[in-house]
Amino acid sequence: MKFLVCISNVPDTTTKITFTPDNKEFNKAGVQFVINPWDEYALTRAIELKEANPGSTVTVLNVGEADTEPNIRKALAIGADDAIRVNAAPTDAFFVAEQIAAVAKEGGYDVILMGKESIDYNGFQVHGMVGELLGIPTVAPAMKLDMSGNAATLEREIEGGKEIVQVNAPFVASCQQPMCEPRIPNMRGIMTARTKPLKVVAATGSAARTQVTEYALPPKKQGVKLIDAANAGELIKLLRNEAKVI
Amino acid sequence: MSVLVVVECDKGEVKKSSLEVATYGAQLAAQLGTSATAIAVGEATEDNLAKLGEQGISKVLYDKEPRLKDFVNNAYTKLIATAAQQEDAKVIVLANSNIGAAVGSRLSIRLQASLATNVVELPRTDGGQFTVKRGAFSGKAFSDVVLTGDRKIIAVKKNSIEAQHEAGKTAEVADFSAQLGDQDFADAPKQVVMQDQAGGILLPEAERVVSGGRGMKGPENWGLIEDLAKALGAATACSKPVSDVDWRPHHEHVGQTGITVSPNLYIACGISGAIQHLAGVNSSKVIVVINKDPEAPFFKAADYGIVGDVFEVLPKLTAAVKELN
Repeated sequence: MKFLVCISNVPDTTTKITFTPDNKEFNKAGVQFVINPWDEYALTRAIELKEANPGSTVTVLNVGEADTEPNIRKALAIGADDAIRVNAAPTDAFFVAEQIAAVAKEGGYDVILMGKESIDYNGFQVHGMVGELLGIPTVAPAMKLDMSGNAATLEREIEGGKEIVQVNAPFVASCQQPMCEPRIPNMRGIMTARTKPLKVVAATGSAARTQVTEYALPPKKQGVKLIDAANAGELIKLLRNEAKVI
Repeated sequence: MSVLVVVECDKGEVKKSSLEVATYGAQLAAQLGTSATAIAVGEATEDNLAKLGEQGISKVLYDKEPRLKDFVNNAYTKLIATAAQQEDAKVIVLANSNIGAAVGSRLSIRLQASLATNVVELPRTDGGQFTVKRGAFSGKAFSDVVLTGDRKIIAVKKNSIEAQHEAGKTAEVADFSAQLGDQDFADAPKQVVMQDQAGGILLPEAERVVSGGRGMKGPENWGLIEDLAKALGAATACSKPVSDVDWRPHHEHVGQTGITVSPNLYIACGISGAIQHLAGVNSSKVIVVINKDPEAPFFKAADYGIVGDVFEVLPKLTAAVKELN
């Protein structure tokens, strides 16, 4: 089984988000970038399935510029066998999906995994686009993935419950908790990752279909109104008569 | 040319988020000088579909194929694509739900459309550009996005538009068939398992949410959260550490790597307010924080606060709600 795991490079979850003075770009200064936390579920589950099915391989794919390579190496340290970086800034979900589809087609991958969404752009789009571009099923968002030979059984989250879905490879799944416990690299993994193959390829010539023109931060709160704990019932009156939300 | 609205139904009822989407679609159609048609998916009744007139929908397409009752990605995609072509829809509006995201992303390729998810407002269409405002950075920011394609697909974030109800208006319900065959249902679910929801209120759609953190000290104390939630007609939620240690199920985890909610009222009990948690809730209209630590960062993001012991404060709040009702 050939697994392709798509990872994105995102600001650490503790990042305080700021923008350049013209509000046109995210301010990267001083920001630590990490593997998108949702993608860690995809990566770890692919490695677990590889370990359970000898002869399988896990390839990591990132669409990004050279500054994403430390996180690609981290994915290799966690246990992927090799990596591909499509050398381009990820302009929008459609552009990224086209790159992934091109790599997947070329490499003949059986299972294409990624996180549910990236925590920066929050598109939740790439999985379906890749599935449609390749003409294969997509299961999104998947909470569980088991494989037996070519056949996969997945649990797909729906509002208020889950569906059990069976598909045959090739397919795409976007992953989320509680699929697995994401792994962190160990020392041996970090040492071996240095020499694992990381291939850089050029982007295909497709164009983005959306364009971000401006960013904004949410409006600031007016300040908290404190209610004495001894008189907590007063809060309920304020919620009804002042805030009018109950 | 028209606006096509995808309406999700469940057990015969139109979902609350789809009433919001219908309102959004009708308002957008008025802005563009056209009409809004809906396509129904899921288990619907003709009476409830006709009532979409109250949200400003003029016509509802309804394919009575029984296998459309449960979500099937390929079948839903083909159904909506066929409707979009028949109606010459330039804009398709759907909910930013698991169904909306799964179908919208496939449709955007099939129909060569620009797709924007997590959209929070009606688009600006002045000056020949089509610009939407959407949530980004997991609730920490917004971005303006220009959709450059000839066709557009918009997934509207839940609770960001208030559903309109103009009593007495009805929509025409029209039979529709996308000629779906067995191959379109190849990825149909083998089984659908629904959770037991506290009070039957789904967290992503809830208007009020009562949420607990590590300050609740253990799962055995969740009765206090549930009592208040029940009295308020609210859904229950939790912080990441709570779901990580399995005090509560993962689908209740609100935050940057859980779900993002935007209810009218969010009550946080014993949650300190880490930046990742705030990201998931800061588009709530009113935030109440109950914490014994007056230095808890959550108070800075709150509208109302009580510095006190949740085990004493929560029963008082529940009693006060019952008294009010």
